[in-house]
Amino acid sequence: MSEPLLTVKNLEVTFPGRMGVTRAVRNASFTLGRERLGVVGESGSGKTTMGRALLGLLPSTASVSAEIMSYQGTDLLACSEHDWQRLRGRRMSMVMQDPKYSLNPVKTVGKQIGETALLHLRTDRRDARRRTLAMLEAVQIRDPELVYRLYPHQLSGGMGQRVMIAMMLIAEPDLLIADEPTSALDVTVQNEVLRILDDLVRDRGMGLIMISHNLTMVSSFCDRVLIMYGGRIVEECAARDLQNAHHPYTRALVAATPSLDVRRTELATVTRDPEWLK
Amino acid sequence: MISVRDLTVIFNVSGREIRAAEGISFEVAKGETFGIVGESGSGKSTVLRAIAGLVPSSSTMLEVDGQPAARRRSREDRRKLQFVFQDPYASLHPRKTVDDILREPLEIHRESDIDNRVMAAISDVGLSAIHRFRYPHQLSGGQRQRVAIARALILNPPILLLDEPTSALDVSVQAEILNLLARLRQSYSLTSILVSHDLAVVAHLCDRIAIMQLGRLVEVISADDLRNGTVTADYTRKLIAASRGFTRQPA
Repeated sequence: MSEPLLTVKNLEVTFPGRMGVTRAVRNASFTLGRERLGVVGESGSGKTTMGRALLGLLPSTASVSAEIMSYQGTDLLACSEHDWQRLRGRRMSMVMQDPKYSLNPVKTVGKQIGETALLHLRTDRRDARRRTLAMLEAVQIRDPELVYRLYPHQLSGGMGQRVMIAMMLIAEPDLLIADEPTSALDVTVQNEVLRILDDLVRDRGMGLIMISHNLTMVSSFCDRVLIMYGGRIVEECAARDLQNAHHPYTRALVAATPSLDVRRTELATVTRDPEWLK
Repeated sequence: MISVRDLTVIFNVSGREIRAAEGISFEVAKGETFGIVGESGSGKSTVLRAIAGLVPSSSTMLEVDGQPAARRRSREDRRKLQFVFQDPYASLHPRKTVDDILREPLEIHRESDIDNRVMAAISDVGLSAIHRFRYPHQLSGGQRQRVAIARALILNPPILLLDEPTSALDVSVQAEILNLLARLRQSYSLTSILVSHDLAVVAHLCDRIAIMQLGRLVEVISADDLRNGTVTADYTRKLIAASRGFTRQPA
């Protein structure tokens, strides 16, 4: 692998609270090349918080520190709000979980996507429109002209998710963070959306961070996987080796997942060990 | 135990007829766990609700526990069928304690020995006395779903209807709830219908499985057929392939 896109070393994110400081991300270190990296964990494991920290999207109450957090030579720790605005959208973006809450309900699809192109690519309206239609086609919307004029409430879940992906990719970022991009979708639609992301990673050489709780999806889609527990990356492994992972938490998660291949009379339950957080 | 023939549910939405389920027929034997899978909008929850009498339906036959189900269910009918819903955050009253929630069905059905039965139901689903006077917001998602299951079972119903009981839960919690359901159906010899979008969950818990698509029943297969892929319909095949994860086509 050549020069990594993203290097993170000892990332810590903490939130102050009534009961003292909550360490949402502890000591996380990883690098990302032009590949598909999965981040798996259960609710509260810090996976989304880590994703947001990489984009500078945490609320101001959060405190973020790290030894290194750099993206293509830019030191993310030293970024001002102005620097972040130049990075976000143009060079790195995030696809959120639910299109219902993440799209602007009073703007047409075409307008929202085009806005991104106007802002980041400093192009004119006609070119923005052209790029938007091309992008809608790239995410396999059958009738881009029609969808261009629709409002978000007129879209199905799968279409809404594609529209979000189109919006995030129109400025051609090198890094895309997808936070549960398919968990609100039916399995058949889920695979179509994954195929679109997969093509984009391959054709554009993008780096992709896929945040998810779905082990089956991540192990079949990603190249490498980080497993998070209690804010900590407990294990890193090749996605196809997830079934043979070493860490007891990863093994417990795999054993607790019902499978179509193995018949189990009883599912294993996860016994948590405080040692995992040390 | 449950016989459904030609079940059809039609909703009128602003003058338009939506056929949410059409011509559905199946039978569930006593003690069996029957699964219904399908994608959003396939009508799987509608069928479950029609069996419980929660939505109006028409059919040539709908029998529950050997009795034809009346359009308006009597209190005795309702006792036989209990429901566990998807979202434990939405299906428990936020201003009632666990004790209130479990007491209510017993009071409605004028049962006696309420205190002891509430306590027994709580320990039956793996909770303890300290949870008894808590409010739903003081419980985790898995604990809430346990309360919902306790509420469904407290009247000793012969039939349990489960609508996506674990899809709002993390994998580790889902495993605990699925194990709990497997244990309870054994000890109460329950007949149940489990609706889910997750093929692996259904294959884990059910003996026979109905596949639904766009309001119609595609086919009924056994859990082993589902695992081996011995199915007849293309749609079922597609659904199974999709559930096994992403397959990268060679470039």
